[in-house]
Amino acid sequence: MLQIDCPWCGPRAESEFSCGGEGGIVRPPNSESLTDAEWGDYVFMRKNPKGVHHEQWRHASGCGRWFNVLRDTVSYRIHATWRIGEAMPDAEGQAAASRSNA
Amino acid sequence: MQKFSIWSLLRNSVSYHEGWQKQWRSPELKREYDVVVVGAGGHGLATAYYLAKEHGLRNVAVVERGWLGGGNTARNTTIVRSNYLWDEATQLYEKSMKLWEGLSQDLNYNVMFSQRGVMNLGHSLQDMRDIQRRVNANRLNGVDAEVLTPQQIQEMLPFINLNARYPVLGASLQRRAGVARHDAVAWGFARAADSYGVDILQNCEVHGIRRDGGAVTGLDTARGFIKAKKVAIVAAGHSSVLAEMAGIRLPLESHPLQALVSEPLKPIFPTVVMSNAIHAYISQSDKGDLVIGAGIDQYAGYGQRGSYHVIESTLQAIVELFPLFSRVRMNRQWGGIVDVSPDACPIIGLTPVKGLYINCGWGTGGFKATPGSGWAMAHTVAQDRPHPLNEAFSLDRFYNGHLIDEHGAAAVAH
Repeated sequence: MLQIDCPWCGPRAESEFSCGGEGGIVRPPNSESLTDAEWGDYVFMRKNPKGVHHEQWRHASGCGRWFNVLRDTVSYRIHATWRIGEAMPDAEGQAAASRSNA
Repeated sequence: MQKFSIWSLLRNSVSYHEGWQKQWRSPELKREYDVVVVGAGGHGLATAYYLAKEHGLRNVAVVERGWLGGGNTARNTTIVRSNYLWDEATQLYEKSMKLWEGLSQDLNYNVMFSQRGVMNLGHSLQDMRDIQRRVNANRLNGVDAEVLTPQQIQEMLPFINLNARYPVLGASLQRRAGVARHDAVAWGFARAADSYGVDILQNCEVHGIRRDGGAVTGLDTARGFIKAKKVAIVAAGHSSVLAEMAGIRLPLESHPLQALVSEPLKPIFPTVVMSNAIHAYISQSDKGDLVIGAGIDQYAGYGQRGSYHVIESTLQAIVELFPLFSRVRMNRQWGGIVDVSPDACPIIGLTPVKGLYINCGWGTGGFKATPGSGWAMAHTVAQDRPHPLNEAFSLDRFYNGHLIDEHGAAAVAH
């Protein structure tokens, strides 16, 4: 079981959290003028990398708030967690290298 | 190819079983193929087999990162059924079921297909309504299905605890469904494909997909460049990684799905029991071990391992339903990486890159589809257009909105 550091409550067991998939996806502001391909890409297409992944998690059985997680999908190591709206922190190692596409 | 029969068994038994041939070659890689299939799992090998058998293509290779049948083919819970709700899915899985019914004869290889029935339990009024709806839909599509009362379930499984924490109110039963020996399926397809001259190249990881003017030209692999007119990606959990090499985005998330087997027991469990609501499924292999499947981990992962709390919740449900298994020891546990699509249905078809085809997104239910998936994929690759059976399963559906929402029949919540 993972231990996840909620930015409000501190480290808690994974079973208190629910994972919301890829993080950092921005809803297109001009949704009226989007093509079907652009809209499908926003709604359905996902990065799904083998390596460091920017995810959104919710502390469902705790404070109930959403936050960002930078996690490796092979080693399951969590490089960083941070609040919604804050800048992605400088995480060491591979995390920093992958920030350009995270 | 040496033919397996009772006579060949007798003949070889008198010569101390020293006369058996290798079941497939380990060929040198040719520099150019008409079709290269990426992934030597069940689906990839079936694709190669039907490309050779149904479409007459002989210059075909299957490239595999590790060893043949070492991925999800060896990691599933061997269940085969076709009781899906929507017409598109039912027809695809039923095609597969019909191929299963003749597969051992067709491949001259005993895949140990056993039609012992599959039960899907209902634990609430809404579960039972969904089950009745699905059974009616199955029958309208010519698939055998029936609704069982708790008494009928008890007759088949005298030791089931119907008054569990989530009481059993009934079940659907597909009697033609059952299990097949998963390794034998990969080996049987490999042997039969090899006999048509298909090259199976193991330890041949793909590092890149080369394109020229929007058309595929070949693959960079651990064993060098392979020129190919057509490339078929049939790589289950790693589909996103391979598609990215060709600049294609997929609507997939890869999750670990766990399963476990117990120590061998004497024959006791005559069917397959699955439950959507309490997240467990169980059958007994011909070897005697209980084969138990759990749900997927909630987060994306490529680690091919799982978490203890997932095992715990699955075993809680199993022991609640079948208290007599409470002292059975579990022998092994493993995780397979399943590529889950937003509508719980696979993607089989063309891609925006000419000559590049993809077969992925089977999620938690790919094993049952192995022959049908390979059959439809072979048609798609050989004819450069989907077969009517897999037309609805194209990547386009995520842009035009024609989704096939099969979460209800997928049997594992995801």
